[in-house]
Amino acid sequence: MIVDTQYVRFDSLPLDCGATLSPVDVAYETYGTLNKERTNAILILHAFSGDAHAAGLSRTDGKPGWWDNMIGPGKAFDTERYFVICSNVLGGCRGTTGPSSINPATGRPYGLSFPVITISDMVRLQKKLVDHLGIERLLAVCGGSMGGMQALEWAVAYPEMVVSAIPIATTARSSAQQIAFNEVGRQAIMADPDWNGGDYYDKQPPARGLAVARMIGHITFMSDESMRVKFGRRLRQKEEFGFDFSVDFEVESYLRYRGSQFVNRFDANSYLYLTKAMDYFDLTNGTGSLVEAFRNVRARFLVISFTSDWLYPSYQSLEIVNALRALNRDVAYCEIPSNYGHDAFLVDIAEQSEIIRGFLASTYRMVSST
Amino acid sequence: MSGSSDSRRRGFVREILGRSDYAIISEWIEPGSRVLDLGCGDGELLAWLAENKGVQARGIEIDARKVQRAIARGVSVYHGDIDQGLTDYPDESFDYVILSQTLQETRRPLHVLREMLRVGRHAIVAFPNYGHWSVRFSLLLRGRAPVTRCFPYEWYESPNIHFLTIKDFQALAREQGWTVEREIFLSGRYSGRLWANLLAEVAVFLLRK
Repeated sequence: MIVDTQYVRFDSLPLDCGATLSPVDVAYETYGTLNKERTNAILILHAFSGDAHAAGLSRTDGKPGWWDNMIGPGKAFDTERYFVICSNVLGGCRGTTGPSSINPATGRPYGLSFPVITISDMVRLQKKLVDHLGIERLLAVCGGSMGGMQALEWAVAYPEMVVSAIPIATTARSSAQQIAFNEVGRQAIMADPDWNGGDYYDKQPPARGLAVARMIGHITFMSDESMRVKFGRRLRQKEEFGFDFSVDFEVESYLRYRGSQFVNRFDANSYLYLTKAMDYFDLTNGTGSLVEAFRNVRARFLVISFTSDWLYPSYQSLEIVNALRALNRDVAYCEIPSNYGHDAFLVDIAEQSEIIRGFLASTYRMVSST
Repeated sequence: MSGSSDSRRRGFVREILGRSDYAIISEWIEPGSRVLDLGCGDGELLAWLAENKGVQARGIEIDARKVQRAIARGVSVYHGDIDQGLTDYPDESFDYVILSQTLQETRRPLHVLREMLRVGRHAIVAFPNYGHWSVRFSLLLRGRAPVTRCFPYEWYESPNIHFLTIKDFQALAREQGWTVEREIFLSGRYSGRLWANLLAEVAVFLLRK
């Protein structure tokens, strides 16, 4: 399946911070075919470092999408049955307007003049895209991690449009620990002299700071066990310690590699803006009552967490599930046994696929029979 | 109030999915009602009830693998423990709350029963009868912890931690002031009332507060 990223421009987008962005570009991809009744559309919401290219092989570079193991013919999100949409988030750096985009007022990249955005701003922009595609109801909104936050926000913000929501490995409000890791990542970027107050687009970008931020991220995405299995104490291409500060261990090599790779495809300022959006995310708007937040929600839910995910622990999923149960909403919940930590929703997909496939099929039956 | 209105006071009962207790449960449940099945396994009863009686089906199950199979067949199951898993449901969220062959495995059976009658208008409880003659004989004659058709486990691997007889359950219902709306006693596919506490392998009760 060769896919093209498409683009659409919207005149303006009002933001939670009070500012208005105009214009706003959105990069998106679609897979499968929208049926005549327009009842089979599914919106996939990517996590922090994802993009619009969720499935298939990119026509430009031939690379598979970030969730290609989940989306495609015969897969969990079966593109022979469903019409699947994925767009790059607001504030991102992969085609949708973000801090690296040109500010029309100055003709230069926004940098730090880009307004601080929120998860609900992202969703408001996705709503424009869905309207643009002529879709009135989404059979499902689904995403993991930051994508799960967007799925929750969708169900709350547009209850009449969301038939079902599948938040995976996520939370209804960022915890102190999650905010703390985000802040360390931001500080690593801002401590790099090349960051230059966010103004680096015509110069050397803050590659070292961004790489360190990504290294921290990767540690939080894995589990103690997955790191033990993957690296242990194995040395990298040597028999003995080097007695210096070059790479000794496999795990160091892996983190450095991941850090340096990330720099090629991600913008440091986007890192700041997207982590800030996650930090601000609180579905209860500070009231602390998820039951109140969910009161008008109509969607049926499938909530998934993973046993070894310590970045988004299962108790956070249970908060969501229990609030929905207190409202007697239709909610299914499973904590999938996995050793892969937070990464599980991307890599450990056999059981997740089985659950989602069945959940979607039963939801689709309900929609088709009414 | 007991089983007098039941058409099947004596004789053979049907089976659903190979289980006669399921057949009775499905007969008692009103079409289109809200049903919660505790310890629902892979959701086969709930899926059957949704398909054949149009119920709104929910379940609770502790085993991850079974939860996955249940969700995969379209049943909304909560992955959790029934000893505490009912807390979040508001009062009378369901018309029926089912506990089939699991009461003897719960840590706090009385708490679970009370919770069932809080979140449900009716509770349906099916359990293996520890008063069955085979259990009594096993203990009396062999002097060993009973291993029978309904209690098939050796003592060291049994999930059963609270053993009860039909008389025990009836006494508890009286004590707690619960109304037994219906009761049926099964031995294989045969149902009867005569010497039920000695002859029945499984009892199924329909209760309300």
